Amino acid sequence: MIDQDVIERTLGTALRTGADFAEIYAEDKRNTSVGLDDGRVEQVTSGRDRGAGIRVIKGETTGFAHTSDLSETGLAAAASAAAEAASRGGGGVRTVALTPAERRAVNEVQQYPETIGKTAKVELLQRIDAAARAAGTEIVQVSAGYADSRKRVLVANSDGLLAVDDIARILARVNVVASGDTGMQTGYQSMGRTIGWEVFDPASELFVDVEELARDAARQALVKLTARPAPSGSMPVVIKNGSGAVLFHEACGHGLEADHIQKGASVYAGKVGELVASPLVTLVDDGTMAGEWGTLAIDDEGHPTQRNVLIQDGVLTDYMWDHIRARKEGRGPSGNGRRQSYMHLPMVRMTNTIVLDGHDEPDDIVANTERGVYVAELGGGSVNTASGDFVFGMREAYLIEDGRITEPLREGNLIGNGPQVLRDIDMLGNDFMMGNPGTCGKDGQGVPVGDGQPTLRVKQMTIGGTAS
Amino acid sequence: MSATDTTVASGELGADLLAIVDRVVAQAKPGEQVEAFVSRGGDTEVRVYQGEVEHFVSAQAEGIGIRIISDGRTGFAYAGTLDEAAIAEVLAEARDNVQFGTVDEWAGLAEPDGVAQTAQALWSDELAGYATDRKIELAKELERLTLGADSRVRVDDSNYADAFGEAAVATTTGIRRWGRENGCYVSVSTLADDGDETQTGFGFSVGRTPDMFDLGKAAREAADRATRLLGATKPASRRTTVVLDPFVTAQFLAIISSTLNGEAVVKGRSLFKDRLGDEVAPPFVTLLDDPTNPLAYTATDVDGEGLAARLNPLIEGGVLRQFVHNSYSARRAGTMSTGNAVRGGFAGTPGVGALALHLLPGTRSQDEIVAGIDDGLLVQSVQGIHSGVNPISGDFSTGAAGLMIRNGQVAEPVREFTIASTLQRMLMDIVEVGGDVDWLPMRAAGVTLVVTDVTMSGA
Ligand SMILES: [Zn+2]
Repeated sequence: MIDQDVIERTLGTALRTGADFAEIYAEDKRNTSVGLDDGRVEQVTSGRDRGAGIRVIKGETTGFAHTSDLSETGLAAAASAAAEAASRGGGGVRTVALTPAERRAVNEVQQYPETIGKTAKVELLQRIDAAARAAGTEIVQVSAGYADSRKRVLVANSDGLLAVDDIARILARVNVVASGDTGMQTGYQSMGRTIGWEVFDPASELFVDVEELARDAARQALVKLTARPAPSGSMPVVIKNGSGAVLFHEACGHGLEADHIQKGASVYAGKVGELVASPLVTLVDDGTMAGEWGTLAIDDEGHPTQRNVLIQDGVLTDYMWDHIRARKEGRGPSGNGRRQSYMHLPMVRMTNTIVLDGHDEPDDIVANTERGVYVAELGGGSVNTASGDFVFGMREAYLIEDGRITEPLREGNLIGNGPQVLRDIDMLGNDFMMGNPGTCGKDGQGVPVGDGQPTLRVKQMTIGGTAS
Repeated sequence: MSATDTTVASGELGADLLAIVDRVVAQAKPGEQVEAFVSRGGDTEVRVYQGEVEHFVSAQAEGIGIRIISDGRTGFAYAGTLDEAAIAEVLAEARDNVQFGTVDEWAGLAEPDGVAQTAQALWSDELAGYATDRKIELAKELERLTLGADSRVRVDDSNYADAFGEAAVATTTGIRRWGRENGCYVSVSTLADDGDETQTGFGFSVGRTPDMFDLGKAAREAADRATRLLGATKPASRRTTVVLDPFVTAQFLAIISSTLNGEAVVKGRSLFKDRLGDEVAPPFVTLLDDPTNPLAYTATDVDGEGLAARLNPLIEGGVLRQFVHNSYSARRAGTMSTGNAVRGGFAGTPGVGALALHLLPGTRSQDEIVAGIDDGLLVQSVQGIHSGVNPISGDFSTGAAGLMIRNGQVAEPVREFTIASTLQRMLMDIVEVGGDVDWLPMRAAGVTLVVTDVTMSGA
């Protein structure tokens, strides 16, 4: 993308004002997306984003500038602007010699999405549409979306690091509306992978059956037609495997990000070595899981991603780190420095956040619950990392009565306090599954993340429904 | 985007962007409708922590999006650069994408509708030339004021941010406009500690120029929000009257407006789709979308398709008057665009959305309103308001924190509970709109709002 000698000279320019650290992050991304609504292909969109962000750190201050001009002149201008932003004085000359890192392939891409014709992408959505509509005459609306991208990335910094990556992403989603006597209800499903078009080949290890996805979204909408208002108040909550690990992303994941820790803005600050969760819980953030939505070979600061154990048998073992926070602590990064694009500063972010298997049979978990709520799909959520209070939408949920899953419930929120919920996990299944692809928002930046978990039970959570 | 006269001579403001869109539109082939949208913008963000600059971001971006409609089929492409070769590639890609679109009888670009633009000052040379050191000083000053407001308060970050943008749009249907605007705000996030417990707060102030800031108010609110939640407990589940703080009301209005969105309506995805002319709220409720009010942070005088932005009453005297439309949803609904095409930059085609919402204010302050309530809840913040709303069924549930109201006074703090109802019922259950309009860096202005019979779920 950029010649090595140009990178070295650009980093030299960035260090001109006597900075401690300089970095270039360059990307060249092409994407295609298709939207289908009500049986119509609304439009096919093609996009190209290309540019570089330059970060300069001097003392405690970070300066940042970016440019869509990847010529040496364009890079030099951005480097000067970032250097100027980081410092109002100083001076000095430092040269940088880069050592190219060998590219590590965590995702073996067979068919890069741009090699696939647009017709095939349109047909994929038409199959989704047909499968959803075939699920029942009550299905009155279907909309589906497809998006792919291929992104080439280069990261180089004044420590001599030079790393590149080549990332493919494929995402599909379907929204379904069912109409019945009780009004209209919605269903939603999605899939996302960091591999190529082979994801739609049944022979592939990471195969996703999009028609099954569509049928599931339709089923969700149909089920809710007979749903009754969700109860309100505290009760046991069972969360189906692969449908609610976003709970951990919110309940503790964000609170384990070192930027919040270092500012004392997390309930988990100063708690390494302490029991912070039920001893059943082992929580891992793993950026290396082949093909998953949050997987990366290198993070957006050029460091290889890792499998980081955050909580082991209930005990807090470590936080997640980026360059700045790790440097402050005098330790190595953990591969969690991420950014939305070359126009954004990196910060500590999660990758794939997963809870490892326990020993309970999923059926036993429900059978042992006298009265509660069974969540078959959690929706989006958010957390206040300082207080630990979090909230989620329940996309699909049922009542549990006498140890059996009974009536479907209408939508409502589920709330709790992170540290409390972690301690209140009293049954953990042996049926680990990854969940839907997610986009994690922090400080205005969205990055793709994955999550997964076995079926589990929380002793008590608050359901925010309207029924008394 | 703030438009000027459509004839701009070379060398004048906007001439370079208009020249680009003109060149693209001139390449339309017979039977093609072509729309070119180019924008150039940037922002500055200063974050201060413990008296030092934590980061200083100075970012600029530009790009082009081209939409082509031919025989009812639409194609679109964009690039994040205004490089000549890239523009040619974007045009070719958009044209290639047309063939995959489905024929849509309502497809088409906007056409000039004769509605005049409201002249308003959305560009400030003073802000454009504002010195970097003074921006840093504002963020530092806000941090100092906040720390001084209460000894239990820490500052998580204190920020100054400004943004500027200019854009030009031209079409083969006769639209040709250029405009620019800029604005700024400061914000502060706080933490308040009491033993093991930590609560958070925030405050901000917006302006066309920094001299419109009220740093003292931002600091006080940020300190108050965090400290008054200290000691909060989980309340019992019950039905009650809620008083929504202006910032919460603004978020609620944004949710309501998503159900008044013409695109959702024509696609059958709004609970209000068949209810034009119905009473949906009490007679004292009037909800306006008014991008022509320069006090609104999102004020603009041209929409994303190049039509004049205008004042649209959505709910008037409690009656549902109209939905917001862009030219596509309007054509499909058999009406005219309301000038509500919204564009998330050059990388997408225009959607539909409210631009600058506000409720017609009442007269009383929040204190006066609270004084008249025997038993209720002041909602200071909500969490997860988007995840708990279904714009089709109207089900509404959100996490919340706030203060109980007893005998006309705010009492103990509460947290970790939800408030729930349906959007339809909440509108009907509004009993008062406050007089305390607060302009926020959002698409809706805040004002105190009182709603009865809301379910509160806690312990
Ligand atoms: Zn997140």
